[in-house]
Amino acid sequence: MRKFLLAATAAALVQLGLVGAAGANTLRYASAGDIYGLDPHSMTDSFSINFLLHVYEPLVRYNKELKIEPALAVSWEVVKPDVIRYKLRQGVKFHDGSDFTADDVVMSLMRATDDKSPIKGNLPALKSAETVDDYTVDLHLSGPTPLLNNYLTNIAIFDAQWLEKNGAVKPVNAELGEEGYTTTHANGTGPFKLESRRPDAQTVLVANEAWWEKPEHNLTKVVHTPISSDATRVAALLSGEVDIITPSPLQDAKRIAGSPGTKVLESPGLRTIMMNFNMRDKLVDGNVEGNPFRDVRVRKAVYQAINMDLVRDKIMRGKSRNAGMQIAPEVPGFDEKLNRRFPYDPAAAKALLTEAGYPNGFQFNMNCPNDAYVNDEEVCQAMTAMLAQVGLNAKLVTEARTLHFKKAQEGQTDMFMIGWATLPMLDGFSVLSAMLHSPEDKLGTWNPGDYKNAKVDELTKKIDVELDEAKRRQMMIEAFGITEEEVAWLPLHQQPLSWAVRDNVEVVQTADDLLRLWYTRIK
Amino acid sequence: MLVFLVRRLLQAVMVMLAVAFIAFLMFRYLGDPVNNIVSQDATQEQREEVRKRLRLDDPLILQYGRFVVNAAQGDFGVSYRNSRPVSALLAERFPATAELVLVAAILSLALGIPLGIYTALKPRGVLSQGLQILSLVGISLPTFVTGILLILVFSVWLGWLPSFGRGDVIDIGWWWTGFLTATGLKALILPSFMLCLFQLTLIMRLVRAEMLEVLRADYIKFARARGLRNRTIHFRHALKNTLIPVVTIFGLQLGGLIAFAIITETVFQWPGMGALFIQAVNFTDVPVMAAYLVMVSLLFVIINTSVDLLYNVIDPRLRTDQTRATGRGA
Repeated sequence: MRKFLLAATAAALVQLGLVGAAGANTLRYASAGDIYGLDPHSMTDSFSINFLLHVYEPLVRYNKELKIEPALAVSWEVVKPDVIRYKLRQGVKFHDGSDFTADDVVMSLMRATDDKSPIKGNLPALKSAETVDDYTVDLHLSGPTPLLNNYLTNIAIFDAQWLEKNGAVKPVNAELGEEGYTTTHANGTGPFKLESRRPDAQTVLVANEAWWEKPEHNLTKVVHTPISSDATRVAALLSGEVDIITPSPLQDAKRIAGSPGTKVLESPGLRTIMMNFNMRDKLVDGNVEGNPFRDVRVRKAVYQAINMDLVRDKIMRGKSRNAGMQIAPEVPGFDEKLNRRFPYDPAAAKALLTEAGYPNGFQFNMNCPNDAYVNDEEVCQAMTAMLAQVGLNAKLVTEARTLHFKKAQEGQTDMFMIGWATLPMLDGFSVLSAMLHSPEDKLGTWNPGDYKNAKVDELTKKIDVELDEAKRRQMMIEAFGITEEEVAWLPLHQQPLSWAVRDNVEVVQTADDLLRLWYTRIK
Repeated sequence: MLVFLVRRLLQAVMVMLAVAFIAFLMFRYLGDPVNNIVSQDATQEQREEVRKRLRLDDPLILQYGRFVVNAAQGDFGVSYRNSRPVSALLAERFPATAELVLVAAILSLALGIPLGIYTALKPRGVLSQGLQILSLVGISLPTFVTGILLILVFSVWLGWLPSFGRGDVIDIGWWWTGFLTATGLKALILPSFMLCLFQLTLIMRLVRAEMLEVLRADYIKFARARGLRNRTIHFRHALKNTLIPVVTIFGLQLGGLIAFAIITETVFQWPGMGALFIQAVNFTDVPVMAAYLVMVSLLFVIINTSVDLLYNVIDPRLRTDQTRATGRGA
């Protein structure tokens, strides 16, 4: 009898434990990795920054359609091309109760763009910020900056007094070996407050009752756990221990969809996967004189030798979206006409190679990551086989991303794979400035293949400072038209986003693969 | 005795220096941490700046030297990923790993020894045969497969046990424990079982083999002839002599438990040092990797030394040998 009682008590405790963990409107959220720390100014990882932007807020933010909307700023106007005035929201309070004013904005922006700040590249044009009155701030820029608001979506606003009180006015200086106060503490204005955090185990947020906006979400608490193993993450969802997982592995989609109480959310993401061509004087690992890739016919032959429909249907399980452009449809600069791919046509590819003087093809090396994108290695293996059919011998090397991107950037490859989501900028200019402009100063940082076109360079520089949005887009489309005609890069597809949730959870899945909990509801 | 300890201490230092050196040689093949630190479209200038700040361009030997000098003063540097001192990160993760390994070690002994005895005493029993087959499975299946199977059965199908994490934990000073809550104890079951499975089967098979051997020995026959009860023979005479090799193997395997904890912690998202290490490898977080490897090598030396000391306690014959040997050495 006593044994039985003991067992019964234990069982009851177990039950209590399980029920207590769930609670009313608690969202249990598991992602593949943990945030790096609590200071959104100390890292460039977009997952971490997005998570922290539930606690802290930016001046402007992206909405469900990834359009910019007011957050801590209510309106903005161009005073001069290089001075923008922001009107701030009144009556906003930080989680510790202090008021939000212009001083907070000025100090936060200066902190983010400090010489020692790891994220100063996220707000490149800012020279200084000045208080006009308690709720007005002027931003002085180095020149006209059409994408200023896009940059600002990623810059969290801190409380100036709180920073001063805790000796954190300057960004965390990691080299000194000191632990920054802001790495382990948080005080923002956002829809959620930090309740507790154990790195790599659990971060708990609670709803901010005093938030300035009438919440669309109905959550009272968010418990975030990183679960790095795919299988465990899926198991945690299926066993009812978590309510949402990001990402949900593609190969488990059927199983999750087939299980009672869970469903999979899939949509094409922003990240466009593409291949770069080495257009320098010589191939890294070739068997012919010079560099055949300098000839547009050869690049086009490679393009037309690759059957992306097959890749989509067989490798990506029908979930990817083939791309003709280097940017996704959500990104400004996109054009439906330009997004049409050159047709798959091995015969035409062979003809082009013959025309260019390589009837028997040639050899070159091709580098792909094996842990960076969805099925990245498989896609590259398939491409190698397809290229072989037109006589091209691509020597494939696949390796971890830390090795891959180093080699790619140092120009040790003839063709390499990269995915580009244009974040945090969310604009076609990101691709033009980093991947298509010829390498020069801050431009062309991801153009190791050395693609050069004077007209594209000229357009890119104009786009950088054009404040008229319609004109700017027109110029972007013109520039992309040129680079596609010249097959500057080989775009492949947008890889699918895949999340999975319990049936009672309503979330908005935006193409940038970031979960915005202030739109999340539990039924 | 003192000489023995001092010698071991010197050995430990050498081992740690060597491990750190080999680690630094290998880090070069892990790739470039800079790409993980800056944003994707960072300029060359920004990359160079980070590289300079982290002194990644220094020759290998200089980086190694700096690490050793700082480590000797207890400073393991700052994690590239978390911007926090590595020593703080490791201290924070240590309790989780320690509790997991402790439970796994106890489980492997508490289950392995009785099962080994049982299968030795009843070698032809159906249960014994079954256990033998199961132990083969346990010894040959990769641990991550067993881990995922355990999750599938006990978390997804039966819903009895959690599939990840430590459950509710309680802070006691800097230590945080899962031993004091129901969810914490439940969370320990699957990972510790997965971790101990290999050791458990090894110990069981070892005890069985040794026991069978001992039971054939003359002094057991003599004991039987004396008319001693079976229980006395088995547990007082046979078992004691079985345990010496078990201690050796267990000691060696304890290090293995800490090493295998990396896999267990990854599968069960156990927030311990192993998970931290894997994360560091993915990020090329050199300071964390180096500190972890050095620490684990220190643990190995400590465990092996303790095992050697334990021999002396268990086996009187070794004790005299040892004293004679050290006596000569001194």
